[in-house]
Amino acid sequence: MNRILAKQQLSEHVFRIRVEAPLIAEEREPGQFVIIQLDSNFGERIPLTIADADQAEGSVTLIFQAVGRTTRRLAELREGDEIANLLGPLGRPTEIRRFGRVVAVGGGIGVAPLFPILQALKEAGNHVTAIIGARTRELVILEDEVRAVADELIVCTDDGSYGRKALVTKPLEEVCSAEPAPDLAVAIGPPVMMKFCVETVRPYDIPVMVSLNTIMVDGTGMCGGCRVTVGGETKFVCIDGPEFDGREVEFDNMLKRLDAYREQEQQALENCKIEEMHR
Amino acid sequence: MSTKTSEQLEAEAQHLLASFEGKELTRKERLAIPQQEMPAQDPNERRFTMSEVTYGYSEAQARVEAARCLQCKNAPCIEGCPVRINIPAFIQAIEDREYNQSISIIRETNILPAICGRVCPQENQCQEACTVGKVFKDPMQSVSIGRLERFVADRARASAGQDAPAVKPETGKRVAVIGTGPASITVAADLRREGHAVTMLEAFHRPGGVMVYGIPEFRLPKAIVDEEIETLKHMGVEIRTNFLVGRTRKLKDLIAKDGFDAIFIGSGAGLPKFLGIEGENLVGVFSANEYLTRSNMMKAYDRERADTPIFQPRKVAVFGGGNVAMDAARTAVRLGAEEVNVIYRRTRTEMPARVEEVDHAEEEGVRFHFLRSPKRILGDERGRVVGIECLSYELGEPDDSGRRRPVVIPDSESVIEVDTALVSIGNDSHPLITQTTPELETNKWGNIITDDTGRTSMERVYAGGDIVLGAATVILAMGEGRKAADSIHRELSGT
Repeated sequence: MNRILAKQQLSEHVFRIRVEAPLIAEEREPGQFVIIQLDSNFGERIPLTIADADQAEGSVTLIFQAVGRTTRRLAELREGDEIANLLGPLGRPTEIRRFGRVVAVGGGIGVAPLFPILQALKEAGNHVTAIIGARTRELVILEDEVRAVADELIVCTDDGSYGRKALVTKPLEEVCSAEPAPDLAVAIGPPVMMKFCVETVRPYDIPVMVSLNTIMVDGTGMCGGCRVTVGGETKFVCIDGPEFDGREVEFDNMLKRLDAYREQEQQALENCKIEEMHR
Repeated sequence: MSTKTSEQLEAEAQHLLASFEGKELTRKERLAIPQQEMPAQDPNERRFTMSEVTYGYSEAQARVEAARCLQCKNAPCIEGCPVRINIPAFIQAIEDREYNQSISIIRETNILPAICGRVCPQENQCQEACTVGKVFKDPMQSVSIGRLERFVADRARASAGQDAPAVKPETGKRVAVIGTGPASITVAADLRREGHAVTMLEAFHRPGGVMVYGIPEFRLPKAIVDEEIETLKHMGVEIRTNFLVGRTRKLKDLIAKDGFDAIFIGSGAGLPKFLGIEGENLVGVFSANEYLTRSNMMKAYDRERADTPIFQPRKVAVFGGGNVAMDAARTAVRLGAEEVNVIYRRTRTEMPARVEEVDHAEEEGVRFHFLRSPKRILGDERGRVVGIECLSYELGEPDDSGRRRPVVIPDSESVIEVDTALVSIGNDSHPLITQTTPELETNKWGNIITDDTGRTSMERVYAGGDIVLGAATVILAMGEGRKAADSIHRELSGT
C-alpha cells in the first residue's frame, strides 16, 4: 500500500514522488489534497497537495518541500518504500468552469497545487496567463509543465537569477491593469504571498481564489485546528476549503495561527537534524 | 471521596465477606452492607500520569458489592439499561463466584462490557433505577452495577483472553460499515456472527472512533479498545483505515462500484461546535476534539516520542460541563497546566458529565466556575489568548430539557486570566457523507433520519449512533447499532 513508485529531486529541498494510490487517483479532482503519516504510532499527520494523478497506473504525484520533521523524513524514503498512511482526496475540488480570462500565480512550492488547476481551467476553455515565482532560480519548479498548459507564462525570481527580477505581485498588477482584464485571479503559494496578491488584485474587483494550507490534524472536519475567518465567519479549511475567495480571508489571523507551534516545530527540526547527522 | 488505599479497601472487603459468607442474607442485612469504594490512584500522583485512574474492584470487593443487590423481581435496573443487560442475573453470578457465567450473561446483549463498565453514565441509567439507591434516596448509593460489569469483563480479559464469538457459514452477502466507533463495532460483530462478510471503513489511521481519539487513556485504556478490534478481526471482519466515505469513495459507489449489499453509517458526531464569540480564532483556542485528538490519538502527551506538537498550557479555561469537558480539563492537568478552570453555564447538578468524572477532576485540582459563560476571548498583539471575559448567570424556569434555564445577570462581566481556552460545548453530526450524498434525508441539525429499524431514506443504507442521535453515549450508540444490525440481517436474509 502507498508504495513510492518514483522519486525525483527538483531542487535542494523540493522533491516529487509518485505514490501508488489507486482509489485516490480515481476520485481526486484539482484543488484536493491528501494527509500523510509516516509512522502509525508517533508520526504526525500533515496535509500535502496533489500535483497530478495517473488513473491508469493508479498513482498520485506529490510535490513537497523538506522543511519540517515529517517532510524531511519523507524525503529520505526511496523508490519502493511505503508511506504508512495516506488519506484522501480531501477538501472540496476547485470550481472549474469557463470564466474567460484567468491569471494564475504560483509561488515557490505553490506551483505544485496550481498545476492541476491550470490544466483543468485550460481544458474548460479559459485563456490562462500563468505567473510563477521563486526566491531564486533553482527553486523554480514545473516550468516546462506550466508552459505546456498556459497561453502565456511569466517567470520571475526575487533575486533576478532567472526570468524577471520581481515579486509576483508586479506582473500580476500588470496583467490585471491590461486590457482585456482577467475575469478570475488565482494565487497559490506562501501565505504572505497570497495576502499580497489579494491586495494587488482587490482594486480591480475580480475574484481572487486562494488555496490555504493551515495546521491540520485529521483533515476531515473533526478537530477545527485549520479554521480561518472568511467573510466574518469561521470556516474549516479541510472541509469548507481549501479554496476561498481571498478577498474575504482574514490573513493576519491566519498567519498568527500558523505560528502556533513554532517553538515546538523548531525544536523538533533541531532534533531531526541532529538525528540525521548521527546517521 | 475518601483516600483509602487499595490495600485498606481490600482488607475491609475481606472482613465484611468473612462476616456474611455462607449465610442467607435478609433484605435488611443486604441494605446494611456499605457500598464498595472504587480503588483509585492518589490524586496527587495521577496528575502526572496518563495511566488509568481507577484500578477496578478486587474479587472480595466485587463479591461484597454484589451482595448489596436485592435481586428485585421487577428488575428496574434492566429498564434503565439501553441494551437491557440482565443485571440481577450477572450480579447473582458474581455472588455465586460464577464469573464465566456472569460475563456470558452480559455478553448476550453487550459486546463491549469492559468499555461500558468504565464509560457509561450509570447514574442516569441502570443505577438511577436501582431500588437500593431509592431506599437511600441517592442514586450514588445504588448497587455499583458499572463497577461490577467492569470487574467481570476485566477478569475474563485477564484469564482467557478474548474468545471470538462463533461465526455462522458464509452467506455471500457483503456489508460496508462506515466508522469504527461503538455503533459500528456492534453492527460489525452482529452481522459477522450471522455469516455476512463485513468491511469496516475508518477515516483515521487507527480504528476505535471516539474511544480512541476522544476518551483519554486515564479513563479508558486504549489496550481495551484494541482488544475489541482484534476480536472483530479474528471473526473475519476486514478493517480498512485511511478510507473517508464521501471522498475516498462516494456512498453510492460503495453499492454501485464496489458491490456491497448493504451499508451501515456510524460516522458519529465529529464536527466541533464553536461559540461564535469574539476572539475564538486566537492562538490558544482549541476545540476539545483537537486537544484530545492531539493528546490521545497522536500521543502528543509523550513528548519524547510523538511528532505531533500540543500547546503547552499554563492557565486554562474549559467551556462546557460534559464528559468531554472533563476529559479536556484533566488532560490539561496532566500536560502540566498550573491552573485549570471549568466554565459552565448552569450548576453542578445540571452538569451532563458522569459524577465520577466531576469528582475526579475536582480531586485533581480542577476549579469549577458555575453559572458563568464566556462573552469574549481576549488576545494580545501577537494574537495569543491572554484571558476570557465571562458573564454570570442565575437559574430561571426549566427549559425543554427539564433543566433550569440560565439567565444572564446584566453588567456581570469578569475576567479570568488564561493562555489556553478549550471549547467543549458539543459536536454536530459529521457533514461529509450527507453533503456528498444528496439522497440521504437529514433533519435541521444534519442528523440522518432513520425509521425505528435504522433504515434511512436510501435503499440498503442504514444508520445509527451519534450521526442519528446527535452527540450521545457509547451505550446508546451500541443500542442503535444492534437495532440496525438486526434489520440489515433481516433484509439480507429475506426474513
